Amino acid sequence: MIVTPVDLEFDQPLALARGGQLERYQLRYETYGRLNADASNAVLICHALSGDHHAAGLHHPDDKKPGWWDHYIGPGKAIDSDKFFIVSLNNLGGCAGSTGPTSLNPQTGQQWGPDFPDLTVPDWVNAQARLADHLGIDCWAAVVGGSLGGMQALQWSIQLPQRIRHCVVIAAAPKLSTQNIAFNEIARQAIQRDPDYFNGHYQAQGTLPAGGLGLARMVGHVTYLSDQGLGSKFGRQRQADDQDLFQIESYLRYQAEQFTQRFDANTYILMTKALDWFDPAGAQPLDQVLAQAECHFHVISFSSDWRFSPERSVEIVDALIKAEQGVSYTCVETDHGHDGFLLPNEHYQASLGAYMNWIEVS
Amino acid sequence: MRDSLKIVADWVPEHSKVLDLGCGDGQLMSHLQAKGCRGYGLEIDKACIVQAIAQGVSVIEQDLDDGLANFEDRSMDMVIMTQALQATRRPDLALAEMLRVGREAIITFPNFAHISHRVQLGLLGRMPVSKSLPYQWFDTPNIHLSTFYDFEQLCIAQNATIIERQVVSQSQLAGRIASLWPNLLGELALYRVRGQQ
Repeated sequence: MIVTPVDLEFDQPLALARGGQLERYQLRYETYGRLNADASNAVLICHALSGDHHAAGLHHPDDKKPGWWDHYIGPGKAIDSDKFFIVSLNNLGGCAGSTGPTSLNPQTGQQWGPDFPDLTVPDWVNAQARLADHLGIDCWAAVVGGSLGGMQALQWSIQLPQRIRHCVVIAAAPKLSTQNIAFNEIARQAIQRDPDYFNGHYQAQGTLPAGGLGLARMVGHVTYLSDQGLGSKFGRQRQADDQDLFQIESYLRYQAEQFTQRFDANTYILMTKALDWFDPAGAQPLDQVLAQAECHFHVISFSSDWRFSPERSVEIVDALIKAEQGVSYTCVETDHGHDGFLLPNEHYQASLGAYMNWIEVS
Repeated sequence: MRDSLKIVADWVPEHSKVLDLGCGDGQLMSHLQAKGCRGYGLEIDKACIVQAIAQGVSVIEQDLDDGLANFEDRSMDMVIMTQALQATRRPDLALAEMLRVGREAIITFPNFAHISHRVQLGLLGRMPVSKSLPYQWFDTPNIHLSTFYDFEQLCIAQNATIIERQVVSQSQLAGRIASLWPNLLGELALYRVRGQQ
């Protein structure tokens, strides 16, 4: 499947939940499959912290890697592009083509950098709804996402209940725990304490806080994996060419380096803040907030995920039961921790596929 | 659908809120949803969960032995458990939970006092293996077998009222006779009970 990203300009201002607005902005997105005549087969894919619009397929036949969710999106796959018209975008504030901290601020002609306005999950839902308007989609057959993407799916069900028929929430939580926020803060501090950070104005200084961003990624990465998963992959093995270096050390350094080449530090801070602030229920009980939803839910968790553990998914499920909403729930047995939501797994594939297959389209 | 499931389905009024404990592949819930019922099926077998999802059942992966704390008192019209009570760790607690959550409960289980089981145990001295209890003693999930009498005693102990009782047997003729002497001739017990209001 060869796909080509599309850039779309929006010139209507978007008011933001934490104040301010974006006068104009661009969203980069990809689509897989065809929209049917009454637009009843559209599925929105929401990406996680470091994801982007490139969820499936290849951009060029000689690409080494397909999109980040290629195991699950495509012809005949769990999210079947023969059945659905699948839309995947880079969220506002991202660094893969949509307007974000690395874009130019039209008022100054300089990069936004750290001055890019705060974004929240509800803002993303509003921006995604504008994209749906443009594509002629009144109501999504399903909004699907993992991790921070699952939180966007959940937010859709509450914020725009008439525009979503099915909500698939994978490896998510109704809000972050104290420990989750703590890990995010360690990641932010790693970036902000890097001498090359310059309060976020590193671009003007011609530098990059690569050390800090790499460290942030290392911390994050360890929390996405399980002890058992790491152990079975690397154990206490050393590098062939350096007996003093554990393989896990080398692996983390490699992950950090790869990440700093493709990701922006200000974007990382913005995304982790959006995660921390996500709290759709606020002071209200979650079930009362979810009572507004009009869609059917499917919730999936992963047994060894300790970043957003199965118990966090069960919180969502129990609130939905209390709100008398339709919901199915399953926990996938895996050693891969939180990252399990990206990886091939028989039960995950079968249950997600069965759910998506059940969704009616004309 | 199995005959016994048809009887269970007929006991559930249209448009009821239903909780099916150990819902298997979702066949009963799917049938009840077609009658305008809604609710949830609970299941722990992964393959069954996939099949139930495929049928459009709101199936929740949840172990019945952990109780039903996530369901509020009287939040369901009907709580159903077909052929799973004998596999729970504490059938008495399971029944109490069902009567707490549901206005009514339907329970079906294999009758351990059926004549074929009595013959195997009483005369041949072997643990019974039959169509309703197909496992060997060492691999059976049925760890709390009971009889019509036993179950009715448990209902009395929990102040539960038996509204209806049905007996299912292999053949129609056997079924007719079984209703005269259920504890000896009934293979499968079907009960509709109500807790203290």
